[in-house]
Amino acid sequence: MSDNISSNLWTVIGKPDEFNSDLGVCIKIDDEQIAVFKLSGEKEWYATQNLCPHDKRMVLSRGLTGDLNGEPKITCPLHKRSFSLNTGECLTDKETACLKTYPIKEEDGKLLIQFS
Amino acid sequence: MRTENIVVIGNGMVGCKFLAAMLQRDTEQRFNLITFCEEPRPAYDRVHLSEYFSGKTAADLTLQPIDWYTDNGITIHLEDKAVEIDREAKIVRSAKGVEVRYHTLVLATGSAPFVPPVPGIEKEGAFVYRTIEDLEGMMEHARAASKAAVIGGGLLGLEAAKATQDLGLESHVVEFASRLMPRQVDEAGGAILKDIIESRGLTVHLNKATTQILGDGKVTGMSFKDGSSLDVDMIVVSAGIRPRDELARECGLEVGPRGGVVVDDKLQTSDPSIYAIGEVALYNNFIYGLVAPGYNMADIVATQITGGQAEFHGADMSTKLKLIGTDVASFGNIETQEPHQDIVLTDPVKGTYKRLITSPDGKQLIGGILIGDADAYGNLLQMTLNQIELPEDPIQLILPAGTGAAPAFGPAALPDSAQICSCENVSKGDLCSAIENGATTLPALKSCTKAGTGCGGCVPLVTNLLNHTLKELGQEVNTDLCEHFSHTRQGLYEIVRATGIDNFDTLLATHGNGGRGCEICKPAVGSILASVHNDKVIAPHNRKLQDSNDRFLANIQKDGTYSVVPRVPGGEITPEKLIVIGEVAKEYGLYTKITGGQRIDLFGAKVNDLPAIWKKLIDAGFESGHAYGKALRTVKSCVGSTWCRFGVQDSTSLAIEVENRYKGIRAPHKIKSAVSGCTRECAEAQSKDFGIIATEKGWNLYLGGNGGMKPRHADLFAADLDKDTLIKYIDRYLMFYIKTADKLTRTSVWLDSLEGGIEHLRQVIIEDSLGICDELDQQMQHLVDTYHCEWKDAIEDPEKLKRFRHFGNSDESDPTIKHSIERDQIRPAKEEELANA
Repeated sequence: MSDNISSNLWTVIGKPDEFNSDLGVCIKIDDEQIAVFKLSGEKEWYATQNLCPHDKRMVLSRGLTGDLNGEPKITCPLHKRSFSLNTGECLTDKETACLKTYPIKEEDGKLLIQFS
Repeated sequence: MRTENIVVIGNGMVGCKFLAAMLQRDTEQRFNLITFCEEPRPAYDRVHLSEYFSGKTAADLTLQPIDWYTDNGITIHLEDKAVEIDREAKIVRSAKGVEVRYHTLVLATGSAPFVPPVPGIEKEGAFVYRTIEDLEGMMEHARAASKAAVIGGGLLGLEAAKATQDLGLESHVVEFASRLMPRQVDEAGGAILKDIIESRGLTVHLNKATTQILGDGKVTGMSFKDGSSLDVDMIVVSAGIRPRDELARECGLEVGPRGGVVVDDKLQTSDPSIYAIGEVALYNNFIYGLVAPGYNMADIVATQITGGQAEFHGADMSTKLKLIGTDVASFGNIETQEPHQDIVLTDPVKGTYKRLITSPDGKQLIGGILIGDADAYGNLLQMTLNQIELPEDPIQLILPAGTGAAPAFGPAALPDSAQICSCENVSKGDLCSAIENGATTLPALKSCTKAGTGCGGCVPLVTNLLNHTLKELGQEVNTDLCEHFSHTRQGLYEIVRATGIDNFDTLLATHGNGGRGCEICKPAVGSILASVHNDKVIAPHNRKLQDSNDRFLANIQKDGTYSVVPRVPGGEITPEKLIVIGEVAKEYGLYTKITGGQRIDLFGAKVNDLPAIWKKLIDAGFESGHAYGKALRTVKSCVGSTWCRFGVQDSTSLAIEVENRYKGIRAPHKIKSAVSGCTRECAEAQSKDFGIIATEKGWNLYLGGNGGMKPRHADLFAADLDKDTLIKYIDRYLMFYIKTADKLTRTSVWLDSLEGGIEHLRQVIIEDSLGICDELDQQMQHLVDTYHCEWKDAIEDPEKLKRFRHFGNSDESDPTIKHSIERDQIRPAKEEELANA
């Protein structure tokens, strides 16, 4: 995948065709780990923190994607907590903290994420 | 405004239940509740009193904490005994001088242990078994004692004997009659019971009338009428109970010739403003010495006082309890004088005794006793209470579980009035209406009806009823896989087989409810596709279905690293291969541990190291161990006749052959197996999904075992098989399991819920009763023929290897993974170690 080129706040993280549908990929930006997901459906791209807030491990990009009543979600592979990809909210229980989510878009054949 | 005083004498289980019933019914708060309790603590659970010795505290046994009384406006006079009832003035006086005027008085004084007038019984070291103080006294005395005898071999006496044994004493039971529990069992049952009790290390003395307690101030022994004697330094008397009717006698209420306050259908005594409930009440010349009828009486009196109508018409005395670790249950009328038939099943080897008492025509159950195995209690009790017609051969009802003969007896057969929970008097109708009103889970149902919260004996029946009622309501126990598929796993398996669909998206589009799928349906469909087609699980169209383990062909651990398990068929491994495993572990800094399945697990592998690790292992001749998959894990073995002087067959060779045959096959859940070379069973085959044990003539096949969460002993399916037949049966068994089990269901649970159980399985597999054996055989042959090592496949495909990275845009490992060293090996850093790093 291509180098990180900063333009304003949007960072290029690669080309869309480098991502497989319905599989997450962890992207390294500086010292941060971002989980990027390409879903089938109307809205294609989602980005969240890679750290599962429950057991604090960098594993979310390896989870299964899916939906709960239409709400797109990611399920952590460690203890099966699900999080909304739109809001980052934990859909399994109220105690687990929310995920940080990042704006992500496709532009001119590149995939960009708004990251500060 | 509270205007009427209701005074309750006695704060035992029944007295407390009465107070609770009053609080529940007195919605207008008309009544002042006042209770006297001679003990230093409020009512506690006397039924489970002996648990005090196994670690329960007085607080654990307390029914309602003291705050419950004060919060609800109940005046409780603790450690203050009511000593006089003035019926003229309607006043109760206590030992501490309290005087309370009553409008209505309730006697709930219970009973006291009967102490026979044996000379010397007052000596230090003789106890009764009734209150927490009695138990505390026993514990104190037991410290300096070594040998205890319990006088009385009834239910309570045996419980007391167990208690003395738990206190570390040599324990003896002394019974006057010629058998234990003489009121409940016949000679044969008494003999079995004696065997059971003695096998637990207690000594039973029958036909012994105690004539004197020996000792100078302190108990040192006892002598009997037949001239013999027994040296003991502690005695517990458990020779029956006597109602505590002394207050009633003194104030002139009518009492029975052998004690007990006489009550009518309303539970009123001879003075209409005084009721008696529980073990002090004598109804129809009978004292009800169980808690359930006492609770029922409490409820009936509370109903009347609060303006309702209720009457007592006797109660069922059925009971089920654990006696010295043995199930003992009696139900219905076991002392009937009417003409009847006895059906008795005794098994001295297993230590079971079962007796059914039926009407002379064998159609109705009158009562019965179960010792050693009381699983049938719930059904038999319901059949007795509801007069359900018995099957032609009633002995089926008490045959041991697993013989396949017990007829199905569903909750549908019961009328709404059937009492399901006798402790809390909850009927089938009560439960059904609670379920209809939204209590659709067992915890919800228990908390809103209280059913199953007493002795717990009815819980299986309540569960059964819950599932049945949900089904009737059409909400059924939802068997849909998830919101994306309105099919069971079995249904989807058949769809995939029939249509040949080989990918998730098509299945979702043609047989699903739309959406994107989820963490439940994706792996389930992934498993079905693998079971049917045996395509590669990390092929591009399959990989997105696999949870992390199957996606990375390794087992994810708590820190996000993976463990690696090469296959070691039958647990047999060469020194060369052992060295390779050691070298790989050293090179990649892995933690190594021997598994329970006779192989070696390498922990702490980073996802980007997995391909290189596997390259080395495969070059050395290893294959994937499928530890990450819902698939065959290992076939454990002993060394069998090759090395062992006891072995009768070559178990290692067979284990290797079986493991190689079924390796890689995807199933609803993991599958474990073992082969033992003789009946000593060193490979523990009977705890496996399928286990094989060598005999002189061939192989015995055991099915449905489990050693995990809910251990299950495997059932013997067929004996003395030759190898080809053995393999044929296992082929069919595994394919039938794959075809019909729910997702994530082990064979043990599947077999337990399979209608007809092991006998049905025999018919399907041996007799081909469903006509599917050809299909099962072909399907298995397809899976065996298309076996592939998933790791060999992965490392040969650069496209697949690209996915074994932590970052999509860097080859680095996850920098947040930190390990610490313990006993010379790595382990994941703990949270505090990570924080300090």
